[in-house]
Amino acid sequence: MLPPKYQARVVITLSFVVALLLAVYPLPLSWRWWRPEFVVMVAIYWIFTLPLRTNLVLLMLLGLFQDLLEGSPFGQHGLALVIVAYICFLSYQRVRNYALWKQSCWVFVLVGIAQLTDNWVQAMSGSPLSGVMFLYPAFASACFWPVCYLWLEAVRRHYRIA
Amino acid sequence: MIALIFISLYTNWLAPVRQQLSVLAVPFYQLTDIPRRLNEWRHNTFVSRSELALENETLRTELLIHQRKLQQMAALAAENVRLRQLMNATDILQDSVLVAELIGVSPNPLSHTVVINRGASEGVFEGQPVLDAFGLMGQIIEVSENTSRALLISDATHALPVQVNRNGVRMIAEGTGDLNRLRLRHVSNTMDIREGDLLVSSGLGKRFPVGYPVAEVESVVRDPGQAFATVIARPMARLDRSRHVLLVFDSRDSNP
Repeated sequence: MLPPKYQARVVITLSFVVALLLAVYPLPLSWRWWRPEFVVMVAIYWIFTLPLRTNLVLLMLLGLFQDLLEGSPFGQHGLALVIVAYICFLSYQRVRNYALWKQSCWVFVLVGIAQLTDNWVQAMSGSPLSGVMFLYPAFASACFWPVCYLWLEAVRRHYRIA
Repeated sequence: MIALIFISLYTNWLAPVRQQLSVLAVPFYQLTDIPRRLNEWRHNTFVSRSELALENETLRTELLIHQRKLQQMAALAAENVRLRQLMNATDILQDSVLVAELIGVSPNPLSHTVVINRGASEGVFEGQPVLDAFGLMGQIIEVSENTSRALLISDATHALPVQVNRNGVRMIAEGTGDLNRLRLRHVSNTMDIREGDLLVSSGLGKRFPVGYPVAEVESVVRDPGQAFATVIARPMARLDRSRHVLLVFDSRDSNP
């Protein structure tokens, strides 16, 4: 086995890789609005559990990589991730103690903010804004949050990352 | 970060960076393509003999029909060449094509782009037209070494010059962000256009070659109160279904 220090890094990196894979997995167009924002959710989880070990610069690079993957303007996901991460840093002490459904509501707000900046950039690059449809991914993320949280928690316990 | 966004939106300074780095993105698309490949493999391997025989028979019938059409085509093409020579016009050159496969679609519901498995190493270039078996699909907007990204004609930022096949009236078809609808711009109320008209690419704008089917007119609404008629067309290409696409090397100006 790897030494514990590297093990934590490897597990966290792998969780983000899985999130990125899910973020680009091909879906039919009518379902694409309901894809949860996996990368943002995984980022929120790791910030809530290990707030002192997260690195905003690395998160920004992760966002840039997601832009590269999706072919969106550089900086779109980076900006969204950095803003969401900052809000997480300000609020993690409170939100960590919430019940799971309350956390879901909070995730709805956070992913909604990420979607807001995403759509701001998309609108500037010429794609039409479509009412409140941009909040569908936030809603899907909130519904998916308990599953994501429990799964990541199990992984974290299994590898003893603290 | 915001400065970076503006730079990538309004300049193309970052295009080479993106082109270099997109090699990193390829493994992701290949990984997400695995389930589809498995399904295809299963489909090809576990198929009964009777099914294969049936498919073979339908394909034979289809081939026969197409061959009959092709026989006529040969005569028509020869006649066309003779007539063109009579008129001292230049010959229409044959376009050569490259078959490519879709390996990914854009996860962003607002932008209709797809990733295909051919890149600069096979000679793919930016602005190259992409077709499927039924009609025009879009054009290449980003090329890297082994993959490239194509913008579909239904994207809201895409427009292309078309003409009505029946009478040659020219107009612009622009995407609406809906896969099954194109809108025709600036169609005056008196223009001769009907439901069911076939729209083909007109070759103006020098992006797309002439004469490929683009869309079929679905509805024409002439409102005397409006300056222009509202014409909606349905793309001929199966934008959300086609797996295999054709990249056209236009013989006019792509090979300098």
